[in-house]
Amino acid sequence: MKNRTWLALLLVLAIVVAACGGDGGESTTTEGEPSATTAPSDGPGTTGGESGTTMAPGESTGYTELDQALAGEFEGTTVEVWAQWLPESVEAANFTAALEPFFEATGIEVNFQPTPDYETALQVAVDGGNAPDLAQIAQPGKMHQYADAGSLVALDFFNAEKLEAEMVPAFFELGHYNDSLYGVYYKTDVKSIVWYPVQGFADNGYEVPTTWDELIALSDQIVADGNGNPWCISIESQEADGWVATDWMEDILLRTAPEEIYNQWISHEIPFNHPEVLEAADYMSDIWFTEDYAYGGSTYINATWIGETQDPMFAEGGPQCWMQKQAAWIGGFWGANRDFIAENPEAPSSEWPIVPGEDVDFFYFPTIEEDFGTPVLGAADMFVMFNDRPEVRALLEWLATPEAAQGWIEAGGFLSPLTTVPADWYTYPNDGLSEMVQNATTVGFDASDLMPAEVGAGTFWSGMIDWVAAEGENTEEVFQQIEDSWPG
Amino acid sequence: MQAMTSEQMGPKIIRSLLVVVITFAALWFGLGFLSDPVAFQGMPPTVSKLIQAAIAIILGVAGIWALFYAGNSIIEALPARATDLLRPYLFVLPAIAVVGLYLIYPTVGTVVTSFTDVPEGEGFFYNYEQAFTSPEVILNLRNNLIWLIIAPAIAVVIGLIFAGMVDRIRLESLAKSFVFMPLAISFVGAAVIWKFVYAWKPEGQEQIGILNAIWVWIGGFLVDWGILAEVEPIAWLQAIPINTFALIAIMVWLQVGFAMVVLSAAIKGVPSELTEAARIDGASERQIFFRITIPSIKGSLLVVYTTIAIAVLKVFDIIFVTTGGNFDTSVVAVRMYQEMFRFRNFGQATTMAVILLVAVIPIMVVNIRNLRRQGIGA
Repeated sequence: MKNRTWLALLLVLAIVVAACGGDGGESTTTEGEPSATTAPSDGPGTTGGESGTTMAPGESTGYTELDQALAGEFEGTTVEVWAQWLPESVEAANFTAALEPFFEATGIEVNFQPTPDYETALQVAVDGGNAPDLAQIAQPGKMHQYADAGSLVALDFFNAEKLEAEMVPAFFELGHYNDSLYGVYYKTDVKSIVWYPVQGFADNGYEVPTTWDELIALSDQIVADGNGNPWCISIESQEADGWVATDWMEDILLRTAPEEIYNQWISHEIPFNHPEVLEAADYMSDIWFTEDYAYGGSTYINATWIGETQDPMFAEGGPQCWMQKQAAWIGGFWGANRDFIAENPEAPSSEWPIVPGEDVDFFYFPTIEEDFGTPVLGAADMFVMFNDRPEVRALLEWLATPEAAQGWIEAGGFLSPLTTVPADWYTYPNDGLSEMVQNATTVGFDASDLMPAEVGAGTFWSGMIDWVAAEGENTEEVFQQIEDSWPG
Repeated sequence: MQAMTSEQMGPKIIRSLLVVVITFAALWFGLGFLSDPVAFQGMPPTVSKLIQAAIAIILGVAGIWALFYAGNSIIEALPARATDLLRPYLFVLPAIAVVGLYLIYPTVGTVVTSFTDVPEGEGFFYNYEQAFTSPEVILNLRNNLIWLIIAPAIAVVIGLIFAGMVDRIRLESLAKSFVFMPLAISFVGAAVIWKFVYAWKPEGQEQIGILNAIWVWIGGFLVDWGILAEVEPIAWLQAIPINTFALIAIMVWLQVGFAMVVLSAAIKGVPSELTEAARIDGASERQIFFRITIPSIKGSLLVVYTTIAIAVLKVFDIIFVTTGGNFDTSVVAVRMYQEMFRFRNFGQATTMAVILLVAVIPIMVVNIRNLRRQGIGA
């Protein structure tokens, strides 16, 4: 009897400890299906020749480890990559597909984990010593935090001269911190565009506005015609509620103030509620809070999820709202496209129920003050490195080549920060967008991403929400509160 | 147990020390092997994970057994009186160590961080000064207070009413399980469900939220009868201050079942002699309920109330999922999460944690005292 009690006690304790021990060791890597990204279903050689890549073994790419990898030196190794693109999203599928040539050419398996609640998950993994080898980061500020904490590998091995020659200068610079290269930009977005229903515009004789005055005139015209409301706007986005509004602010500020003001606003050399910024807010409220301009008013703006903002544009019986300022990814969320893509993630956009470029097209968010030219507001994703192994270096180097972008460019929804990507790879709408980048007098990086997180992902977002809730009545108060919340 | 001579003790101690050394060496190398990044390279991920898991389990089970065996053999080697004296500690110590490592150490660390993680040149109380002068934190505290006053009270009252009524119907267990069911749903799940209940669509569109669907439908009649001029759907989660109460309703929905079950059991425990005697004396049912039943279950009422109050103070999921803390609905726990994971502001985050901790302690004390009085606790 006594012995049995002993044994029982021991067993219970053992189970408890084993459970604890097991947790620490392996919990972070069990989710997801590691094989999903690497299934080499079509054997090597079947997709080799067609793409015209320069990845033939023996020919130097200019990157040391990548050359070694292409020579097969790291075959059979695995690299773990995390990114914020949600599991089963179009982005995750495209990235997975884009990685396939790397596996075929080098034999290095890339274990790509699309991760929900990404920023928290990454932070927890890094803090717990389980950081992935490579991780995508959208906010330069986050990269600075990880670099300050000593979590990141400085990319001293990288052929920086080659990268500088092949990348848009602004992105090369943004990858640096404290004079070291930490991030390699892979993907960019242009946000300065406005979508409109093509047939609806034609039926009503509406023309694409090219100046701010024309934009306002068109808005008035739509209201006067009794065609519903000119604008589809909403900002509800769960954890990141409010970012659509900050994008608007930034895009307008780039158009109403010199670039220096924009940069000083980001670095807080001028107060957050500088008169130039308040002026931009006034321009913004001319569209957001003018009566009958925004569909559903301020409640709709605050209560509607950003993926559904534009639903009234596709209402039966004609558009109820006519213009939406949003980056190109929104096409996947138009009305019937949402369900269609969920069922047919592989289908090209020309097969979608609502075809970008035919049913809905975009125009450049117009210039406001001529002096400031034609700026564009952009966002971008970089990859940073947490674990330094040769095969990890090779993958990072490969991600800086046009080949890494080709698959996704052809699938659509992708702009590369590389200048070496052939222009004829792009299809609609990215041909137009990359042209916009080239014509841009200024490329403004998303300001809220560059501000301290307390502001850029905190009070700036919540301030915009309060501003909308008060229908723009409390502009000075809101911007003063954001200014007061600036840390330090 | 026989007394041992000193000659017998010597080799025994050496033997048990040897067991200890071997056990520690095995654990040391085993754990080192597990955390070695190179050891499992080249295997398919699934295989390497399975092998790692197998080793971890073997190491955990056998290691613990070996540790206890080693510890016990050392104690056995000691004189009999010492053995009896020390053996309980052998079993208690690991538990204390685990609690200390996973509960006390982080708590102390949190408190220390809240005082020391301050900008250079600032005093120990910087974070607390910041917190109690920030309008946002004041708002969060106010919301916590509203939750604390309203949620437990309503949950207990409704639970009590249910418990009292359900006691007299035939389908008691069926009725109870319906009220009890929400308790099985996670806070996040409940928040998602209620986000749909509260969903808002602009006027003229189909209302997918049941609350607005009902409101617009009833409102239609009110307009027809001339009682209301027009009816608009209500943005339950965006409209201040309705939204905070809408969120509290979720918490009440979740906790009523718990209150009902505990109170129902307590009511059944009230001796029928008492109620019958009262009835014979001519007391009405209402008098019996308020004068006899409630005083008899006072202890259970207090336990239920304090338990729900603690859950309410810690509320996070419901608010985070539905409004993300916007529209004046944020509470201290949501702020703590934001400071910690979004702003990486450890000083402020730990300060929020300490504020919550301090707020929970008095309720815990009341709860534990009450349990002791009832003889449930130690």
